[in-house]
Amino acid sequence: MASNLEQIANWIRRRDLQSVYEAGAGHVGGEMSVIDILTALYFRILSVNPEQPQDPDRDRLVLSKGHTANALYVVLAKRGFIPQDEISTFLKPMSRLNGHPNRTKVPGIETNTGPLGHGLPVAVGMAKAAKLDKAAWRTFVITGDGEMQEGSNWEAIMAAAQFGLDNLTLIIDHNRLQQGARLLDTNNLAPFAPKLEAFGWAVEEIDGHDMDAICAALSSETVVKGKPKCVVAHTNKGQGISFMSDNVAWHHKVPDSVQYEQAMKELEGTAS
Amino acid sequence: MNAPAANVALHDCRDAFVATLERLGEEDRNVVVVCNDSVGSSKVSGFQDRWPERLINVGIAEQNMVGVGAGLANGGKIPFVCAASCFLTGRALEQIKADVAYSDTNVKLVGISSGMAYGELGATHHSIEDFAWIRALPNVPVIAPADRVETAAAVAWAKSYDGPCFLRLSRVGVPDLLPEDHVFALGKADRICDGGDVTLIANGTLTHRAMTAAALLKKRGLSARVLNMATVRPIDGDAIVEAARETGAILTCEEHTVFGGLGSAVAEVVVDEFPVPMKRLGVPGVFAPTGSANFLLDEFGMSPEGIAESAEALVKRKRHSD
Ligand SMILES: Cc1ncc(C[n+]2csc(CCOP(=O)(O)OP(=O)(O)O)c2C)c(N)n1
Ligand SMILES: [Mg+2]
Repeated sequence: MASNLEQIANWIRRRDLQSVYEAGAGHVGGEMSVIDILTALYFRILSVNPEQPQDPDRDRLVLSKGHTANALYVVLAKRGFIPQDEISTFLKPMSRLNGHPNRTKVPGIETNTGPLGHGLPVAVGMAKAAKLDKAAWRTFVITGDGEMQEGSNWEAIMAAAQFGLDNLTLIIDHNRLQQGARLLDTNNLAPFAPKLEAFGWAVEEIDGHDMDAICAALSSETVVKGKPKCVVAHTNKGQGISFMSDNVAWHHKVPDSVQYEQAMKELEGTAS
Repeated sequence: MNAPAANVALHDCRDAFVATLERLGEEDRNVVVVCNDSVGSSKVSGFQDRWPERLINVGIAEQNMVGVGAGLANGGKIPFVCAASCFLTGRALEQIKADVAYSDTNVKLVGISSGMAYGELGATHHSIEDFAWIRALPNVPVIAPADRVETAAAVAWAKSYDGPCFLRLSRVGVPDLLPEDHVFALGKADRICDGGDVTLIANGTLTHRAMTAAALLKKRGLSARVLNMATVRPIDGDAIVEAARETGAILTCEEHTVFGGLGSAVAEVVVDEFPVPMKRLGVPGVFAPTGSANFLLDEFGMSPEGIAESAEALVKRKRHSD
């Protein structure tokens, strides 16, 4: 089962890389780190229907690290929310696929992100709405690890625990790098788990590139009653491409043609 | 796209900003930089290399960043708080109001990549409300330099000024406009082109477009005065009244929403002091679509040709109201 997801993730990595290369901009490092999580969500976990993107009972996914929008666009296209042809318009004049996701233009997107530290508070509101309606749908939100430096996240973390939002899952894409440096050299938040636990959350730490582990951690069977859940996903920025992996230079650098060929070759080598 | 002309060298004003900042940093060890994981985008890596302990990177936490800046000022430092203008002014607006403006702390707010410099990244990253937001606060001069000379002059002025201010910088390339020896004077517009039929008032990335528009108008028999109005608050009322009286029509151009920015500041003076026909060019109250800053400025009628056309239409209105 997981190997099928791995194949999809590999395709998404290649399409994402192509898109960043052709557009001449994008956030390839953080896209490579989050693609396995997005793939598991959209192709296994989330109850969503591209035919009815506004179904009131759908699960919600908020990509709070909105700078990796291109990865989400590719996933949404692969899942049938938008035409696959449209990916090539990424960042082009008048395209609806700008550098950060926009729900008023792109079906499947729940809230507009880009300024870091917005997704989690909105996700708390979503989960609270489901609780008020005693509805079964779940809310997932993905933040960057650097993004967790925003104080708004910790206000939301307190609220979610207070409200007992066990229908809310926060996935921290813990790739240890932010824009200009390592978290360690900027404002280190690691380890995340004890902090979230101290705030009253159920926490699980996983390898964020292990599909089985991702699927297990996000499955409804592992929900802890009465507590919001945080999955600390240990990832690599630039995962899958040797010279990008764990390299701070690749936050938003664009590969030249030689680098592009090499990266594609590496990704093709791991496609089965 | 018909601006800027292909043969003119364009400059990223961040370079003039950091060169001046380092010079000031050499002269006065109280000069410090505060930023939000924005060493690269603020171009302050040179400052960081020279004085690592005076580069205070709080991480991705803008509210904290501005608060820390205010505290550093209280402790006798001269903090240049540098961040993408959208996050600096949007996220930390209440810190700017309470900790900087109201508390009157000696904090230099430096909004980088303002306007639509982050065009393709979308409206979250466009900083086209910052004139309005900061201009609404007492006690914070709002300054948008037009080229690298004026940027350097404004940064030096900010250091010498005892109090808060907001410098609104772009990364979008602009040609040289002002003379090398230009000295920045707060609240004083520069008349960079003489004319009597209409006045174009612009600042920041729009000044050179207004200058090119004035050249187009000249070919069509209209003489346009151009005022480079770097200071949006305190606005140069005298220059505006003089322009209204002597040219009878005013067109404003800004990389900002038309609600509350340079055009509004000019209109406030015109309405109160000397009503004449006016037109405000800017982003017309929408979240801009995807595109580069230059593409979007053209789309919103601020190519030199677009500005010239608006000026011609305005002059016709003036004749009708004579
Ligand atoms: C409020 C805010 N401040 C600054 C930025 C600029 N910015 C974009 S991405 C980024 C680094 C994000 O690092 P992290 O959250 O770790 O994401 P990842 O490593 O997954 O790319 C920064 C500082 C922003 N988008 N929003
Ligand atoms: Mg990170």
